[in-house]
Amino acid sequence: MRVSRSWLDEWVSCDLDSEALAERLTELGLEVDSVEPAAELFTKVVVAEVLATEPHPNADQLTLCHVTNGREALQVVCGAANVRGGMKAVLAEVGATLPGDVGIEASTLRGVQSQGMLCSRRELGLGEDAEGILELPADAPVGEDLRGYLRLEDQVIDIDLTPNRGDCFSMLGIARELAASLEQPLTIPVADPVPAAVADEVPVHLSAPEGCPRFVGRAIRGLTAGARSPAWMVERLRRAGVRSIHPVVDVTNYVMLEFGQPLHGYDLAKLQDRIDVRWSQPGEKLTLLDGNEVELSDTMLVIADGPRAVALAGIMGGLSTAVDDNTQDVFLEAAFFAVDAIAGRARQLGLHTDASLRFERGVDPQQQARAIERATRLLLEIAGGEAGPLVDAVSERHLPQAAPVPLRARRLEQLLGLSLAAPQVENVLGRLGMTMVSDGAERWQVTPPPFRFDIRIEEDLVEEIARLVGYDAIPLTPAPTAASLASCTEHAVEEDELVDILVARGYQEAITYSFIDEKLQRLLFPDVTPVGLANPISQDMGVLRHSLWPGLLSTARANLHRQAQRQRLFELGCEFDEGAEGITETPILAGIAAGSRWPERWWDSERSTVDFYDVKADLEALVARTGRHQQVDWVRAEHPALHPGQSAQLRLGDQSAGWLGTLHPVVSAKLEIDQPVVLFALRLDVLLTARLPHYVRLSKFPALRRDLAVVVDEDVDAATVVAHAREAAGSALSDIIVFDVYRGRGIDSSRKSIALGLILQETSRTLTDHDAEGTVGSVVKRLTEKLGATIRN
Amino acid sequence: MSNLAELVEQAHAAIRAAADLAGLDQVRVKYLGKKGLLTAQLKSLGQLSPAERPAAGQAINREKVALQESIRARQRELQAAAIAAELERDVLDITLDGRGQAMGTLHPVTRTLRRMKTIFSQAGFTVATGPEVENEYYNFTALNIPENHPARAMHDTFYLRNGNLLRTHTSPVQIRAMERDGVPIRVIAPGRVYRYDSDMTHTPMFHQVEGLAVDEGISFATLKSVLYEFVSRFFERDVELRFRPSYFPFTEPSAEVDILSDSGQWLEILGCGMVHPNVLGYVGVDAERYTGYAFGMGVERLAMLRYGVDDLRLFFENDSRFLSQFI
Repeated sequence: MRVSRSWLDEWVSCDLDSEALAERLTELGLEVDSVEPAAELFTKVVVAEVLATEPHPNADQLTLCHVTNGREALQVVCGAANVRGGMKAVLAEVGATLPGDVGIEASTLRGVQSQGMLCSRRELGLGEDAEGILELPADAPVGEDLRGYLRLEDQVIDIDLTPNRGDCFSMLGIARELAASLEQPLTIPVADPVPAAVADEVPVHLSAPEGCPRFVGRAIRGLTAGARSPAWMVERLRRAGVRSIHPVVDVTNYVMLEFGQPLHGYDLAKLQDRIDVRWSQPGEKLTLLDGNEVELSDTMLVIADGPRAVALAGIMGGLSTAVDDNTQDVFLEAAFFAVDAIAGRARQLGLHTDASLRFERGVDPQQQARAIERATRLLLEIAGGEAGPLVDAVSERHLPQAAPVPLRARRLEQLLGLSLAAPQVENVLGRLGMTMVSDGAERWQVTPPPFRFDIRIEEDLVEEIARLVGYDAIPLTPAPTAASLASCTEHAVEEDELVDILVARGYQEAITYSFIDEKLQRLLFPDVTPVGLANPISQDMGVLRHSLWPGLLSTARANLHRQAQRQRLFELGCEFDEGAEGITETPILAGIAAGSRWPERWWDSERSTVDFYDVKADLEALVARTGRHQQVDWVRAEHPALHPGQSAQLRLGDQSAGWLGTLHPVVSAKLEIDQPVVLFALRLDVLLTARLPHYVRLSKFPALRRDLAVVVDEDVDAATVVAHAREAAGSALSDIIVFDVYRGRGIDSSRKSIALGLILQETSRTLTDHDAEGTVGSVVKRLTEKLGATIRN
Repeated sequence: MSNLAELVEQAHAAIRAAADLAGLDQVRVKYLGKKGLLTAQLKSLGQLSPAERPAAGQAINREKVALQESIRARQRELQAAAIAAELERDVLDITLDGRGQAMGTLHPVTRTLRRMKTIFSQAGFTVATGPEVENEYYNFTALNIPENHPARAMHDTFYLRNGNLLRTHTSPVQIRAMERDGVPIRVIAPGRVYRYDSDMTHTPMFHQVEGLAVDEGISFATLKSVLYEFVSRFFERDVELRFRPSYFPFTEPSAEVDILSDSGQWLEILGCGMVHPNVLGYVGVDAERYTGYAFGMGVERLAMLRYGVDDLRLFFENDSRFLSQFI
């Protein structure tokens, strides 16, 4: 809602400057977005009269104008088509400065001297219209400074209204609030009844009184053809952000801005029959004023003139009955449409109009006649004509009934933490136009004024009182806090701890969008059905991610392309999948590593690149935090996005806890990433449960170590060798280490050597060499028999 | 005995002159060894008369002890010099970088969220979570936003093909938390939220922290107090706040809160209010007995103010150069 300061001053007297006024409005809940000058700065621009024109001797498109500024006769060259002798126009004199710092000097145009410039609206920053020069009314005083004439020394206050305050979409609404706040009287423009001069009465029938309980109309006959809206009105409309179109439209808009009551003017000659306000028929079509044809549903209210719909109630008029330059007789409408009959309809049709904005939020059901009277007065003033009688069709029982709302001082204090005396409460409510009945015990029945649709319950009244008293007046009262200590569960790992582990290991945390490009997801997960958005913002944000990898890959790739040498990124977020029970979301800790193993430093001359085992160590650190590292298994498994020989599934019992692997080279190539990329993704819930440590008594007896290198086939993995060794060694084995893996000279090409360090220790006695030899013997026997191992010497 | 004095003087000089431990040992052998010169003097005591012997013996022994002490002192000196010489060969350029991974970084949003959680946890708030894929009931209806309510247009909502939606705020967690835990309750709900909006100052995803406290004796005054405290803790200075009336369907009275920036501008940082009785009604809480407040803060907004970030979109571009600044 754009409010002209000077216009507002006519409604309520206020000695605050515009900045302070803006602050006051904001404190009332009418948030001021900006305060701007009503017009950009320009100087030496005056009202002028074009005395006569003649063709420019050297240019067809230009006109030579003889102009007076009231002091001297001037010769001005003008390129506008609408310039003509006898018109009042706007002259930028020699020495003038126009918006955009344009200076006007005497000049010679195609050999003819020009002593100034006749200006269009756009050149003055007073609108977009650059079609021709700005024509002023015939009574504009020649020589007067334009800024004074149009009262441009004004500010426009732009207010961002909340959806509950439909009553403030008008000068009346804003002024009412301000008057209540400042405790000043309100001055309302004259809207006394205009007596009927002609008998024309358009009958109105309310077929849908639940949607339209009141329809006030009036015919006006004999408008002057070619009448124009006065400059002051055009200016006020402009400051409110409304374009001047036609005197009838301008007047209806103007009154809407004054009272918040949308009006509509029909060309009376185009109306076929009596007015009927009814629900539309499904599939009924209507061409609106903007030229678009809409198909209606049976939940929409229309104005019909007989069988045909001629306007979409509360939203927009129809083209078939629109006023135009030839209109002589009009029918003005000011109706009350119920909020429920209008809300959401405009949006369903992709529309948003000044009328729907107001009706959706509720307009005062008592002021339709006032709006018509006011519009009649203005229209008669501007375009002449004769008014018919006022038609007020109403279904009283369908009008909103103001229901009293109970209010208790005790409740007020309970909610605000502020105690107010009864007279203060009553004073505030009275200023807001509420009437109340007190029971004498600090309890009231409060009836809100008809224009307030947002006062339904006690809490609404509490807010009204707080608003007027000022939120600043509410004290700060420390909250009662919880008396018990917070729980501290040791078997739970905090997300933050896991995150810190990765950060300490060199990873940067990323946050990527939860919706990603479906194509990228398909590249990594060809078999997954994407969870699509019904209304994606763009194609590359079209589906909810099945995995964090696409986002991390895109991020890493972008960074590598920005010349980052290496990437270690992780993200904590949800994966989304759609199953029989709907959409599931699973919190995941995922990461990516690409580029060099170490930061480029003096001590790493090898400059080796990251591989599977680097990242595995990071995951081992995460798992170690849970104390459950002995419960998890790393299982060789295939994943469409990963290198088939370099991917592993982390398993906890029979559950998958996550994946680790090298990005599949084919995928890498498609993404144009020319270095190995290692990815991981772990289910967060698995990492959030920790084992509580339990002490095992330390052995008093020394440990022995025996090393053993066994040669096994390539496809025998280390975990299998260790498991067999562990089993064969029995209780004497306290630990086992794989300390070397060797391939090459001396070993069959299909085999590898795995070196084991067996740490032997008993809790009850000192082991002898003999014991150790026995244990090693059992291990060797087992590995030989079960895994075809040979011992390497 | 002049012989002895001369000998001792020579010996002390030799000790002082010894350049290394080996040389020193030679000196020791020369004077104090079995066949050493001073040892020889002791052996020659027999040639003296019994009357002279004790005094001469004492004198020689005194000099012997003194020489031994002198040798030990010189030995310590030489040892220290030898260690010093050896250490000098092992001097490191201590300005070179350490070996190992460089430290990673925490995303500024996470960093901010952690501070928020820490501050509120001290006031007895626990963290509650809820799904990002929500339904109309939790995202709108139970928050007193009926269908066709203009407030639904305030949230430009992403819908899924199955009719669900991406939550437009973390407020649904209020409902879920009260359904699960009842009242009294003090929770904050941090998380991702989604709105159909993307331009210079809007990203289609961002983070909110919702706060909810419902108990007996909670009022707008306690809400003001907790928010003042939070803001001053968060920014680590006294900050001027402005509470101004606003509108949210799920709170009544409602307020938006601005902080006064260094440049004297009011900047909106959060919305809040007293929980609407309809919301309490949806979760079966007696709104006469219990009152509550709720607030919702934009995490990126706070992070921008805290760290001076001037472009919201940076948070989701994850440019290494940006992330690296939050170490």
